[in-house]
Amino acid sequence: MNKITDLTVHELIEKLANKELTITEITQAYIDRINEKEKDVKAFITPLTDEALEKAKEIQAKVEAGELNGAFAGIPIGIKDNLCTKGVKTTCASKMLENFVSPYSATIVENIEKENIINLGKLNMDEFAMGSSTENSYFAKTRNPWNLNKVPGGSSGGSAAAVAANLVPWALGSDTGGSIRQPASLCGVVGLKPTYGLVSRFGLVAFASSLDQIGPITKDVKDAAMLLNLIAGHDEKDTTSVDVEKKDYVQALKNDVKGLKIAVPKEFFGEGINEEVKASLEKAIEKYKELGAEVEEVSLDIAKYALATYYIIACAEASSNLGRFDGIRYGYRAPEAKDLKEIFKKSRSEGFGPEVKRRIILGTYVLSSGYYDAYYKKAQQARTLVMKEFNKVFENYDVILTPTSPVTAFDIGSKSENPLEMYLADICTVSVNIAGLPGISIPCGVDSEGLPIGMQLIGNKFQEETILNAAYTYEQATNFRNTYKPEFKGGAN
Amino acid sequence: MSREDYELVVGVEVHAELSTKTKIFCSCPTTFGAAPNTQTCPICMAMPGTLPVLNEKVVEYAVKAGLATNCTISQDSKNDRKNYFYPDLPKAYQISQYDKPLCKEGYVEIDTKEGKKKIGIERIHIEEDTGKLNHDDFSGGSLLDLNRAGVPLIETVSKPDMRSIEEVDSYLRKLKSIFEYIEVSDCKMQEASFRADVNVSVHKPGEPFGTRTEMKGMDSFRSIARAIEYEKNRQIDVIEEGGTVYQETLRWDDVSGKTFPMRDKEDAEDYRYFPEPDLVAIKLSEEYIENIKNNLPELPESRKQRYLEEYKLSEKDANIITSSKYLSELFEGSIKVCNNPKAVNNWIISDISRILNETEMDPIEIPFDCNQLGKLVILIDKGTISSSIGKKVLEELFENPRDPEEIIKEKGWIQISDEGAIKEVVTKILEANPQSIADFKAGKDRALGFLVGQAMKETKGKANPQMLNKMFLEELNK
Amino acid sequence: MQVSKEEILHIANLAMLDLNENEIEKYRENLNDILDFSETIKNAHTEDLDVTIGANEAKNIFRKDEVKKFEDTESLLQNAPSQAQNMFKIPKVIQ
Repeated sequence: MNKITDLTVHELIEKLANKELTITEITQAYIDRINEKEKDVKAFITPLTDEALEKAKEIQAKVEAGELNGAFAGIPIGIKDNLCTKGVKTTCASKMLENFVSPYSATIVENIEKENIINLGKLNMDEFAMGSSTENSYFAKTRNPWNLNKVPGGSSGGSAAAVAANLVPWALGSDTGGSIRQPASLCGVVGLKPTYGLVSRFGLVAFASSLDQIGPITKDVKDAAMLLNLIAGHDEKDTTSVDVEKKDYVQALKNDVKGLKIAVPKEFFGEGINEEVKASLEKAIEKYKELGAEVEEVSLDIAKYALATYYIIACAEASSNLGRFDGIRYGYRAPEAKDLKEIFKKSRSEGFGPEVKRRIILGTYVLSSGYYDAYYKKAQQARTLVMKEFNKVFENYDVILTPTSPVTAFDIGSKSENPLEMYLADICTVSVNIAGLPGISIPCGVDSEGLPIGMQLIGNKFQEETILNAAYTYEQATNFRNTYKPEFKGGAN
Repeated sequence: MSREDYELVVGVEVHAELSTKTKIFCSCPTTFGAAPNTQTCPICMAMPGTLPVLNEKVVEYAVKAGLATNCTISQDSKNDRKNYFYPDLPKAYQISQYDKPLCKEGYVEIDTKEGKKKIGIERIHIEEDTGKLNHDDFSGGSLLDLNRAGVPLIETVSKPDMRSIEEVDSYLRKLKSIFEYIEVSDCKMQEASFRADVNVSVHKPGEPFGTRTEMKGMDSFRSIARAIEYEKNRQIDVIEEGGTVYQETLRWDDVSGKTFPMRDKEDAEDYRYFPEPDLVAIKLSEEYIENIKNNLPELPESRKQRYLEEYKLSEKDANIITSSKYLSELFEGSIKVCNNPKAVNNWIISDISRILNETEMDPIEIPFDCNQLGKLVILIDKGTISSSIGKKVLEELFENPRDPEEIIKEKGWIQISDEGAIKEVVTKILEANPQSIADFKAGKDRALGFLVGQAMKETKGKANPQMLNKMFLEELNK
Repeated sequence: MQVSKEEILHIANLAMLDLNENEIEKYRENLNDILDFSETIKNAHTEDLDVTIGANEAKNIFRKDEVKKFEDTESLLQNAPSQAQNMFKIPKVIQ
């Protein structure tokens, strides 16, 4: 087994500092790993291995010459393909943007580049981040490294699978209704969706503006805290990014949950939640009690209408956000389009996949005259209600604990014919986006098929420190990573 | 029934481009006339992933406009998206304001034949301008330039309070002058930075309003008047013939002098307005509004009152001069130079206004400044030139503005005030016109005028007319 | 709540999408399913509740009116499907 690619980022940094490893060695190790495993996993849309090696050599030389320092210099990363990268294709896994090269980089991408972190490539996803399985990619279906016949989850399936398969040491994803946490759960890695407004969205191709957040997908909690340190903070280009005090999230990892008040909402463990998932979560709850946390069952009866609220708001915003893909300034233009209307209609109909079109239709419908009040306005009011209900719980508790996904990784193709069933995969995660709260998914066990199960910890606004520490303490006590490893079972079908 | 039995009802939506340095949601410059797509960035080109950030001056200017038009300023406001597809709208939505505009319920006062009348303003809101489509002569296609996309606009929506073309004209001119005075827009109609959507309907007095049609993007007073006249008569004819006026958007064609439907009927408008999630709420404090109110510059109405008192102008003259900030600045500036309000007033009301009308020029485009006009008045007052030469100097100022003194030197237009030279001319004219001498002696005073005229002709207008008059009288009475 | 074929066509037209017969039927069914599911939202007790627009309550975040030119304007046209004279080219539009 390739030792270097097994390491977490904080371990890599340590070995770089100790001169046990060089920057080029690390990048080369990942390139070798990609060459070996990518054909099975299909995590990348645009691999940048050659460019990454060039960059690694350049940074290595600068570090050796003493022209450059910084803990993260030369660490590789994978980036979800809905984050704009100047000079490199940004496709959103869509035919619409198959050849699109952004004229600018996302603020977060700039932050990463300032640290001399090396982009190993752009990662696969559901088209325009719409989906829970990464099957809605125009380019390829990413496979779950634990079982290649299973989906990796979505929409950041490429990011989660790449981290799980050690194709990248860590990755950036985006989360609108669970798109970081659910694939992290299905791939047995750590995924954090920050509080809405903690991370700049400038340069993240919008799906649903009031719900989207960028976040880390990592091998362990400490790496998630480190990557959050690099991406959190106000950006004057995004007025919804909040000007809050800069925190050191690594400092928050105390490995101690004594006295931490954890709420377990019984409604998140009811109908539709797989028994093995439930059992695994119950063990995790016992573990927290052992570690000194105070765990209590509460009622938080929002999951059902939170999902409806989510799909109405997300699709409404998406129907508007995706209007700019009109075949005029960039992106796909239907070659046979003769007049303006044909450019619009044919380019969009041929350039978007079925799920994107489905959501545009739903979103257009709920905003259209006569239905606005019944659906969109009602959903916005329900959104207020969801926030209020969460607030009530946070009056008495620090953390809310739920499953991340009601099921473990499912078979490729098993749900793609039934959109509503696919939407139910998000039942545990969407309410967090609706309320703008931070949530983290960490692995807490495997099912009888050996597929990972994820636990979601939800915090109050801007309380990333609390959930990171809770996740870290559990992780240190259980050590999932050393117990279970993806085995690349099955495949080739 | 005849056309006279119908009453015209008009409401207008005025779009004024704000004179901010940068666009409404990005930091691109707003200068007019730059090379295509050179004043653009990923944001105003609606590249994927970009986000808007509201320009603080846009809010300030809109509040100014609201206060100057007696509006209530909303302390709780927001932006909304108006969704539709068109190539000049790169995001496929326009960021505008729907149910919470910045300004509500105001009015402006206009002068009508029946006296003063208030035209109600329903709302003023902020929004972004679209790009421009140019015709490509080479290929026969259209070319999209996005320099204008994202230039800030305020849309001022009037109530349907206007009942005649004259009222529409006065309202538009009044609104334009207010925006000029408070310096929120340069209101250049040639650059379409002040343009109107005109809603026209007709009804019989006492009956409910008729169905209205809308003519979009009108950018000249003359076309607006013609279009309203045409559309009014068209609607009356439709009704008189038993037809129905449909609510639709029309395009006014200045060449044929007709209106045409603009959109396919099947494309019913449904803009799917919803709150813009990329921008945060606009909440204005009382102090903020109060501060802008206290710093509003003098408005046309109070400036007019001041002119009536300070310069004793007639109501009509004061109206004309204060109708444009640029005219009134020219007026006041020239007075500072020459200290002769009456003369400056006359120049502006007669010759300057005439030239502006003839050339369809907006006062902002007047090429000379108050120093030059002031000097022209001084030259006449000092007798250096006659007022008829003055008219020629004015024309020259419009053509190729420079120091009037330079003009008259260059053109050799300096008045002949030398007694010997005048005498020479007088003698010459008298010798050539014995009949006029006889006429004068016979009591025909007109003969004097004729002789002076001949002398002016002889000197190409340069002779001092007072001296000519005096000397002819002396000679004739000898 | 049943969405008709005509409504789907109207919505598709607003969204500038061309749908074939299969798609019309499929999306009609999907939309009906999702809307049926969304009926749950009607049971939410939202009387007297304000609408929530964004996920945070920030206000008045403005930008100074200062010009910052985007230098690489050429890159803005590099993805254009068709262009001429530094403008985006499309078939003739009758305005």
